[in-house]
Amino acid sequence: MYSKIMVPVDLAHLEVLQPALKTASDLARHYGAEVCYVGVTATTPGSVARTPEEYQQKLEAFAREQAGDHGQRASARMITSPDPIADLDDVLLQAIEDTGADLVVMATHLPRHLDAVMPSHGDRIAAHTEQSVFLVRVHNRDG
Amino acid sequence: MDKQSNDNNAQEPDNGSVGVPAPEGPANLIDTDYVIGQDNVATTKFGLEIDLHGKVFSISALIILFFVIITLALQDQVGPAFTALRPWLTNNMAWFFLFSANIFVLLAVVLIFTPLGRVRLGGMHAKPDFSYMGWFAMLFAAGMGIGLMFYGVAEPMTHFGTSLSGSDWAPLGGAPGNEQAALNLGMAATIFHWGLHPWGIYAIVALALALFSFNKGLPLTMRSIFYPILGERVWGWPGHVIDIVAVFATLFGLATSLGLGAKQAAAGLEYLFGIPGGEVTMVLLITGITCVALTSVLLGVDKGVQRLSQINMVLAALLLLFIIIVGPTMLILSGFFENLWNYAADLPALANPFGRQDSNFMEGWTSFYWAWWISWSPFVGMFIARVSRGRTVREFIIAVLLVPTVISVLWMTAFGGAAIDQFVSNGFQGVKEAALELKLFAMLGQMPLTTITSFIGIVLVIVFFVTSSDSGSLVIDSITAGGKVDAPKPQRVFWAVIEGAIAIALLVGGGAEALQAMVISTGLPFTLVLLAACYAIIVGLKDEPRG
Repeated sequence: MYSKIMVPVDLAHLEVLQPALKTASDLARHYGAEVCYVGVTATTPGSVARTPEEYQQKLEAFAREQAGDHGQRASARMITSPDPIADLDDVLLQAIEDTGADLVVMATHLPRHLDAVMPSHGDRIAAHTEQSVFLVRVHNRDG
Repeated sequence: MDKQSNDNNAQEPDNGSVGVPAPEGPANLIDTDYVIGQDNVATTKFGLEIDLHGKVFSISALIILFFVIITLALQDQVGPAFTALRPWLTNNMAWFFLFSANIFVLLAVVLIFTPLGRVRLGGMHAKPDFSYMGWFAMLFAAGMGIGLMFYGVAEPMTHFGTSLSGSDWAPLGGAPGNEQAALNLGMAATIFHWGLHPWGIYAIVALALALFSFNKGLPLTMRSIFYPILGERVWGWPGHVIDIVAVFATLFGLATSLGLGAKQAAAGLEYLFGIPGGEVTMVLLITGITCVALTSVLLGVDKGVQRLSQINMVLAALLLLFIIIVGPTMLILSGFFENLWNYAADLPALANPFGRQDSNFMEGWTSFYWAWWISWSPFVGMFIARVSRGRTVREFIIAVLLVPTVISVLWMTAFGGAAIDQFVSNGFQGVKEAALELKLFAMLGQMPLTTITSFIGIVLVIVFFVTSSDSGSLVIDSITAGGKVDAPKPQRVFWAVIEGAIAIALLVGGGAEALQAMVISTGLPFTLVLLAACYAIIVGLKDEPRG
């Protein structure tokens, strides 16, 4: 059914990603699919890494760790952007094309009023890609 | 509250060292245990995400509020105090401003020719984020766009006038009664204020920030420049203070300029279409400018700021081309080379900080300008740094120092030269007598297609403000977020709105000039910051690998 699952990850907020990561791993094992973890980082130093090279190392280590924990095939893809907050949706849509993923599993917050003005990334991705998108809700109050 | 740290990732087994691992050779990271964002407050309140540096954000927000209230409430007391502070500073510290600015230019020029120029910002294998055109358009729009609109006609005309009449405000003693010599001197003096020195100031700040952020791995805030001097102490109060002053200078610099720009645009609209240029028009203009700026910050650097800057470049180039073709074409083209030569010839005398006879010019003009450029340098420098990753130091300085200087020479020659020619050849007094904000329109009024060109002029003034406002909001947001450029979007919205609100408050309530004086006063502490930056650049570049 699916051969490549793309999972956008933010290494600074791994706790809220857990349900999405679990979902992706379970689906991957079920369909024998590969999971590609995509991380978008600023070119300036950030809280996770001080250079894009360091971010790449951490993302790869993260992918290996996920593969070890859950047993799926995993790969990692880092994308840099001078303004990741503004460019995230476009960058992820491009990544779907580039990785050839046929399913996107991503975490998203609960619907809220502000979404009308600033839609969540999940909304935007689902609205603009031809691939299937699985939005995993984060039910914690602060998510 | 959720204190953020990267503990989950900090100790990857394959990274070898604990904390920050060394990258594979392309750059030399500074070894620090500081984690970017470790002093930040990150939370989701009222459905809004925030991620801020607790101290820098709250203190600068409080100081800003305090100054707005005090300048509005105690106008008669505070206004004169601030306004008196500025001439005191620019007069007594003139030698220091001139002396320091010369150091910045010299260092920048020297770096082009040394092997240090081969160092690449972001590490040896870094690739530029923007094309040459997009990059350059952003540098220029953030750096001085609006000033060129305001002073392009006004300043050459003024220096020409004082030189001709031999007034004691004339640069280098003037050239009484000699029209050609007065013209040369007036242009050289103007270009001096818009050429190598302002761009040298920006280049030093931007280079230091880019180096310590992209190559050394420190956060993109002013305090990082001080790492070679203060060491780990930059993460404490000395660093907080530096960042707070940077926020203050940027926000008030932008707000007061937004007020001035609204004045020029409103004056232009009144002149052109007879729209009454009262407070209502200006408030509407500022609101409009803020809304466009808001859209632009939400779209981000690439799709917002870059595109607007490019539109701006095209419009400005069209206006420049129009004046060159329709105005005194040969005079402008030959004038370009003459002025370049005059500038070079008069540069040593104009830049000399000691034993000057023309103290009115040196203190009232040059020193004022230097303080003004320097107080803007944290904002412009930080923005330039952010978009310059992947360039070599040499490429960077040529683009930030030399190219803008050449364009300034051409711009001033065209706009100022055309106005002076109208005066000299046709005896047209209009430009000389017009108010500062109307001089551009008076000059355009003597050329064909006045309505169209003046309208382009107004649009340019407005768009230049949008590009200053949006890049300024991005800069303030990243300083108050402890150097993070990926802080949540609502913060950008907050700063863009605050900027517009302060501009309106100052315009309606008065006090804009007092605050502008205050901003220029921040030029003095920042001169020290810049001198520190020079030292930091040399130290920092020396241990970088060269391509």
